[in-house]
Amino acid sequence: MTRFEGTASFVATDDLKVAVNAAVTLQRPLLIKGEPGTGKTVLAQEIATALNKPLISWHVKSTTKAQQGLYEYDAVSRLRDSQLGDARVHDIGNYIIRGKLWDAFEAEDAPVLLIDEIDKADIEFPNDLLLELDRMEFFVYETRQTIKAKQRPIIIITSNNEKELPDAFLRRCFFHYIKFPDRETMERIVEVHYPGIKNLLLREALTAFYELREIPGLKKRPSTSEFLDWLKLLLAEDIGPELLREKSAGKLIPPLHGALLKNEQDVHLFERLAFMSRRGQN
Amino acid sequence: MFVAFFLALRAAGIKTSLREFLLLQEAMRADLADYDIDTFYYLARATLVKDERFLDKFDKVFAESFKGILQPKPAAPNGVEPQAIPDEWLKKLAEKHLTEEEKAQIAALGGFEALMETLRQRLAEQKGRHQGGSKWIGTAGTSPFGAHGYNPEGVRIGQDTGRNRSAVKVWDQRTFRNLAGDAELGTRNMKVALRRLRRFAREGAAEELDLAGTIGSTARNAGYLDIKMVPERHNAVKLLLLLDIGGSMDDHVTICEQLFTAAKGEFKHLVHLYFHNCPYERLWKDARFRSADAIATQDVLNTYDHSWKLIFVGDAAMSPYELIQPGGGISSWNAESGETWLMRLLNHFPKAVWINPVSEQHWSYTQTTKIIRDRIENRMYGLTLEGLDAAMHRLMH
Repeated sequence: MTRFEGTASFVATDDLKVAVNAAVTLQRPLLIKGEPGTGKTVLAQEIATALNKPLISWHVKSTTKAQQGLYEYDAVSRLRDSQLGDARVHDIGNYIIRGKLWDAFEAEDAPVLLIDEIDKADIEFPNDLLLELDRMEFFVYETRQTIKAKQRPIIIITSNNEKELPDAFLRRCFFHYIKFPDRETMERIVEVHYPGIKNLLLREALTAFYELREIPGLKKRPSTSEFLDWLKLLLAEDIGPELLREKSAGKLIPPLHGALLKNEQDVHLFERLAFMSRRGQN
Repeated sequence: MFVAFFLALRAAGIKTSLREFLLLQEAMRADLADYDIDTFYYLARATLVKDERFLDKFDKVFAESFKGILQPKPAAPNGVEPQAIPDEWLKKLAEKHLTEEEKAQIAALGGFEALMETLRQRLAEQKGRHQGGSKWIGTAGTSPFGAHGYNPEGVRIGQDTGRNRSAVKVWDQRTFRNLAGDAELGTRNMKVALRRLRRFAREGAAEELDLAGTIGSTARNAGYLDIKMVPERHNAVKLLLLLDIGGSMDDHVTICEQLFTAAKGEFKHLVHLYFHNCPYERLWKDARFRSADAIATQDVLNTYDHSWKLIFVGDAAMSPYELIQPGGGISSWNAESGETWLMRLLNHFPKAVWINPVSEQHWSYTQTTKIIRDRIENRMYGLTLEGLDAAMHRLMH
């Protein structure tokens, strides 16, 4: 089995690599948590690319039911067909709609299955999938058939911590918490996304960014993905490093801060701080 | 293999199971640990810890269990272990170096982290003036800043040697300390804790199509459509929040605000009222305590029935007279003692807890805290993630 070592477009820290390889080798699901915007969802795509496997993503919403991942029985269509006298109605199999898990189980080449934001769903959702993820098989009552995984897919599950996941579910997974990257890692991440970016600009931008994150009382601290967006804007607007440094001399708000601060309370807090620091200098 | 480590983890309160321990063995048999201590640490962490709140505890136990087999940590140049300096000590140091005015200013800016930053600047300045500074400032004072991740350029000493990512560093850094459950918490963590208080129910007008019900009844109806509706599902928990404001609570305003913000976002049925030190015959809808905003406590008892859950937020610290003596209240004359009103509230709302922002080890020093804790039958919890979790658990059962 090939090992996951990060890809050309994704910087993986050592601990993340160990967790991914353990999950791949032992064929257990990998649960990923971390601040929003630290690359939880992207990770699954990158694993699929690195291991050269197809990716099946299942994006969970608050209304998603575990059963939908297996299959759904479209009773309404069948009812309609029966009233219209359609011949298809005699085969119940015509009304079974496959879910993402079914697709993943039936695939010839074991795919990477991403179950995204599992915490969005109902509190019982993970429990309803315990057996299916453990044994990698499930039973279709309507057609009396058992669907068994041809090859165990690599399962990546992400969570934003909105709900606590049940212990029984957690025990079956490997767990990795993506912590916010330190400056070194961030520099590598930027290098991957914007190769050859002006060194000076990057340094100033990083300083401004980490200062911003350290401000106490922010409702939402900007994350990696927001930093990358901001850099893109800075490059597009051709803002020089001098302008970024200038803000330390009175102008506290960095240019184009809309990419970093997503909450008007945070912007207000920031403006207040800027005002106070200006007043302090006069 | 590693049974002692496993048992130490469990003794430290990390809920890891035999199943996970066996998984770790399996992983090692599959050569995933690579005979490398770093990799083993990552592997053990991914296998045994399933909640970021326990990552810090895990780091501590890991360091303890594998102390003997690791190379000794490079000591700080001055012989002082950076991590050995407690935060309390740093706080004291900060207080020494700042004037009252500055302290107030900094508190307004957002507390300790900002304080440390100013302190750093202070120390840097001082060093310049005094040619390297007095010994204890220059060495013990600055290196902890490096260790605590402030990374001040030019001030960071004694830490740079440790940056070569030696094996010990990774867990000794204790980067997950902020995520530990007994640490104080932010709005988001609180929301997670408050989410325990969920009881979904279908109540009210039927406005959602009940697909399963419709199909069932249509089938029974020999194929003729019979549509069934159900009410929408929502959180049916009702919460009455009583907040202590002013006086000794001023120190805890920020954290109480956060708790309140978190609670407001989480519950559809949430009523909050304020009191000062102890609830008497009146409560207030607004923290400015104007008489127009006052509401009689008896009305509260009449309006909200026992299905509401009651949460007090307060430090429970006051003069004993305010609690047990009629007329002891500090803001107005009360005909009946605070204790009487407290008992009335507690008798009316069987599901009640008291959340105390003061840290638990100080509770026994305040007489009224002890009395209230006794009256509320030990349902007093600290304002930490663990405390909140336990409190919500108690409210649900």
